[in-house]
Amino acid sequence: MLAAVISLGGLAFILALGLGVASKIFAVETDPTVEAIAEVLPGANCGGCGYAGCAGFAEAVASGQTAPTECKAAGSDIVAQMAQILGVKIEETEKKVVKIFCQGSSDNCKSKFLYEGVFDCRAAVLLGGGYKACPYSCLGYGSCVKACPFGAIEIGPKGLPIVDEQKCTGCGSCIRQCPRGILRLLPISQKYYIPCSSKDKGKAVRQVCQTGCLACKLCLKKCPNQAITIENNQPRIDAQKCSGCGVCAEKCPKKIIQLASNG
Amino acid sequence: MKLKTFLGGIHPPGNKRLSEGKRIEAIPLPQKVYIPLVQHIGAPCEAKVEIGQKVKKGELLADSQAFVSAPVHASLSGSVIEIKNYPHAGGNQVKTIIIESDGLDEWVKEPQNGQNPLKLSPDEIKQKIRQAGIVGLGGAAFPSHVKLSPPKEKKIDAVILNGVECEPYLTADHQLMMEKPADIVKGLQIIMRALGVKQGYIGIEANKPDAVQAMQEATKEDSHIEVVGLKVKYPQGAEKQLIKAVLDREVPPPPGLPMDVGAVIQNVGTAYAIYEALSSGKPLIERVVTITGKGIKKPKNLSLRIGTLFSEVIDYCGGLTGEVGKILMGGPMMGLAQYTTQVPVIKGTSGILILPKGESPPTKAGRCINCGMCVRACPMKLIPSILGTYCERDLLDEAEEAQVLNCIECGSCVYVCPAKRHLVQIIKYGKSAILAKKREQKNKS
Repeated sequence: MLAAVISLGGLAFILALGLGVASKIFAVETDPTVEAIAEVLPGANCGGCGYAGCAGFAEAVASGQTAPTECKAAGSDIVAQMAQILGVKIEETEKKVVKIFCQGSSDNCKSKFLYEGVFDCRAAVLLGGGYKACPYSCLGYGSCVKACPFGAIEIGPKGLPIVDEQKCTGCGSCIRQCPRGILRLLPISQKYYIPCSSKDKGKAVRQVCQTGCLACKLCLKKCPNQAITIENNQPRIDAQKCSGCGVCAEKCPKKIIQLASNG
Repeated sequence: MKLKTFLGGIHPPGNKRLSEGKRIEAIPLPQKVYIPLVQHIGAPCEAKVEIGQKVKKGELLADSQAFVSAPVHASLSGSVIEIKNYPHAGGNQVKTIIIESDGLDEWVKEPQNGQNPLKLSPDEIKQKIRQAGIVGLGGAAFPSHVKLSPPKEKKIDAVILNGVECEPYLTADHQLMMEKPADIVKGLQIIMRALGVKQGYIGIEANKPDAVQAMQEATKEDSHIEVVGLKVKYPQGAEKQLIKAVLDREVPPPPGLPMDVGAVIQNVGTAYAIYEALSSGKPLIERVVTITGKGIKKPKNLSLRIGTLFSEVIDYCGGLTGEVGKILMGGPMMGLAQYTTQVPVIKGTSGILILPKGESPPTKAGRCINCGMCVRACPMKLIPSILGTYCERDLLDEAEEAQVLNCIECGSCVYVCPAKRHLVQIIKYGKSAILAKKREQKNKS
């Protein structure tokens, strides 16, 4: 008994000594700032910053290649923590969230044919440009849902994606996967937005979709702050100029201009 | 005769009886023709006519400066009433010239027989082929003059005419070989002259013994042309499989082309169109199309003007037998499903297949059971099950390493898959994503 305790204990002591010495001799030098920054980052490895995961971004920030605000997933609190670690001052940037610029659910938008292929928007769009009659509409097969590293998107009962603004960090992973390009980032304070991506003229839009923007320019004319511009038959609201009065939503003949955020 | 073939492939039911042996008919002059500006692989054409302009049959409607492109011509005389985006058999909307017939059907320049195209120089031949707007009539519609202009360092020593027609149901090439064997052979001689090639082959599947005989009869006097009988197997008519069977050469993976192993392939319909264009100056304004399937009352082989609507063709063939399951342009294996019959016949339309309801029921895709049937069926010696999984999960680098770009999208794997996976579609997605990524990298550098 005693012999076993002594021999095993001795063995453990010698090996531990070896490990201790090795850890001193072969120690990898790490930058404490990198570690500290990696500690506060969200850790989702979403790739929104353009670097290979959060570790890559932490290194880039510590070496001054990029700014802490480039982390799309970090809220203002995390950016502030990074700024504190780096000892710099950061101007507050506003959080952005993703919005779906299409309301063409299968009730509203006509279908060209019955699709029975792969359940993925990027594959579905290869078949005759998608099964929906509008060539700009959401296909509803959830490539954005699969792309979201934060679980912020789900396909709603109408077959259109719904974004959970609490979970959305604005990293833009979903935007890169959408074959239609109908996902866009909006500042969270923007009050109204126009959820249609069609570049067609009013007549063509009316033929295929009930909730499509006809590009009638009424909103543009009625806006008291000249916050609306129109390009390629798509009206856009400038968040800086918009006062949130809601005149556009009231005047829109199709009543498609919507409140962007609940808060 | 020992029949040649390739490794892999499948044996779908031929169903060629429906339209086999029916003589090629012309249909009454259509009221309007819809001529898309994109009917080929390559740069789209630009319209050279205006709305309201009077045009005659054979007049140039649109052309492009690009080398890989082919002009389009008016297929009847009348006036241009509209130039707008219109449904195309590919599924998208494409800019289309709509001509209303004046009922006269006048030529801009009456085709004159009696010219001997074999006296032309190779360059003149290529130029005339381009001017006539000839593209590969097998279905892919690759401009023919491009295939006939290989770079100097590529030594071409064989031309193979493709009379295989391995797609089930289709009989257009078969019927053409029965009716115009001498003209097809002359077309092949023109192609051989343009390339400076001494040896020509005509590959025909063994299910068309009468066509083999007719072509052998027509080539009796030319000892440089050999008719090769091939085993009945799909996709025997794919370029690489045909080269393997006839010449026993293997085309290297992309960007390898048939010309890398010294071969040029042309469809028999293309050879016929080349002969017609060069002997009489007639541009490509009509082609032979098989209208078939159990969904149509009178299956036929028709000579149709480019731009004729599918609906008009269906009416001419006695209409539909009942509820339709699917309408395809092309055969059942590689054909494109249509959502409207208001699409025009284009240069690449080899057939219109109408399947009644129930013959092509919707399938629910299951999971791979690792049975390996697709591996045995793949004529390109790929592993479709794994390629499908890679593409599904966006593992594009792995897919590329597994030679996904080598896939010819023939659909043999889907045909045999007991789980009914949509392998071709997901592989098509993977290929397009890899090519898009490559383009992006090229633009960056």
